Amino acid sequence: MRAFTTLLLRDIKLAARSGGGAALALSFFALVATLVPLGVGPDLRLLARMAGGVLWVAAVLAALLSLDRLFQGDFEDGSLDLIALSPLPLELTALAKIAAHWLSTGLPLALLSPLLALLFNLAPPATLILFVSLLIGTPAVSAVGAIGASLTLSLKRGGLILPLIILPLLAPVVIFGAGAVALSLDGLGAGNALGLLAAFAFAAMLLSPFAAAASVRLNLGG
Amino acid sequence: MNFLFRYANPHHFMRLSGAVLPFTAIAALLCLGAGFYLGFSAPPDYQQGRTVLLMFIHVPAATMAMGVYGALAFCSLLSLVWRHPLSDTAARAAAPLGALFTALGLVTGSLWGKPMWGTYWVWDARLTSFLLLLFVYIGYMALWNAIEDEVRAARAAAILALVGAVNIPIIKFSVEWWNTLHQGESIVSGKLAPVFLAPLLLMMAGYAFLFVSLWMIRIRTAILERRARNLMQAGAR
Repeated sequence: MRAFTTLLLRDIKLAARSGGGAALALSFFALVATLVPLGVGPDLRLLARMAGGVLWVAAVLAALLSLDRLFQGDFEDGSLDLIALSPLPLELTALAKIAAHWLSTGLPLALLSPLLALLFNLAPPATLILFVSLLIGTPAVSAVGAIGASLTLSLKRGGLILPLIILPLLAPVVIFGAGAVALSLDGLGAGNALGLLAAFAFAAMLLSPFAAAASVRLNLGG
Repeated sequence: MNFLFRYANPHHFMRLSGAVLPFTAIAALLCLGAGFYLGFSAPPDYQQGRTVLLMFIHVPAATMAMGVYGALAFCSLLSLVWRHPLSDTAARAAAPLGALFTALGLVTGSLWGKPMWGTYWVWDARLTSFLLLLFVYIGYMALWNAIEDEVRAARAAAILALVGAVNIPIIKFSVEWWNTLHQGESIVSGKLAPVFLAPLLLMMAGYAFLFVSLWMIRIRTAILERRARNLMQAGAR
């Protein structure tokens, strides 16, 4: 357990200090959310209608930005070999890295979302649903993304392949997440969608450490 | 399982597939020929007119698109559990064929959509999940091509294929939850008239034989390619 928390804290510190983590993803998120109204026009009713989908897609893309470094930095400087040698099972290592990625990317994205929803004129109840859905759903993005990150670990240009293999698998997250917001806008209960989103996120967090650990192992030559 | 292991040996596989290939190829030609003939001689549908012909091309392509992914995932499982190089070769050889069937299903689906729904593309559940399936295939092939080391590439691709196999039903469910406009299946439930059912089943069999034939040709080519490369390397030394 100590090894797990140590690794978790180390990764969060690295994300916070290397300048490539949370701040970058948040700026990207805000920038995409700013560009969309410029593209589709300033009609507030239209923007309110689109807010859930646009912010969800932007959040997924923003979370992807830092994913390719999830294992790669440690792989390149050799610390991944040492971590793999430690008594901590590789599956738990993967889980720690997923948790660190979510705490340094997904959580800040969810916290920023109400502010951006304000710019999109999203009604307060729907904004709450958006916030909750991002809170529930972004762990799934980190978890599924970790599979992609570990598969493309040895690639120099892994950042290009990663979105290609991960984004189709993340379709359910976007559908349920943005769907919850749309349902709440229509005055229907969003509980159904949020429940499905939570189910997907739990399944992803449960299963993806195994897939990620298997592909880290193969890249370490084991 | 013993049967599988026996033919996982490339030498045995070459012998068996060489013997089977002419028959599956002829079966494919016969089924497709008969299917096309019966399809063209079937009366026009009372609602859809002649465009119902597209069904005989579209529905089997869509079925194969899913079926090929099943074959690919099964090969990947064999490769991860028993480490047979031949199942890697088989999985890799199946991917472009599956992508092609998916693309064919999408193109014919949208051509069918124009007279039926009035637009080439509607975001209905099945079209959308097939578009996502196409991207899954593309990602799988891209990952395989991106990793230089062949053994690593094969295992990484196999892991991705299994992750996809778990996720594709979820994607399908989520997309259906999102929107549905496509008509439900009408083969098993017996809503399809026999004039249409016979050519459709023939076409499905034809597509399946075609896939098996092309798949075997691709695996055989890959094996021969590897042998040629080994010979050239041995000659260079």
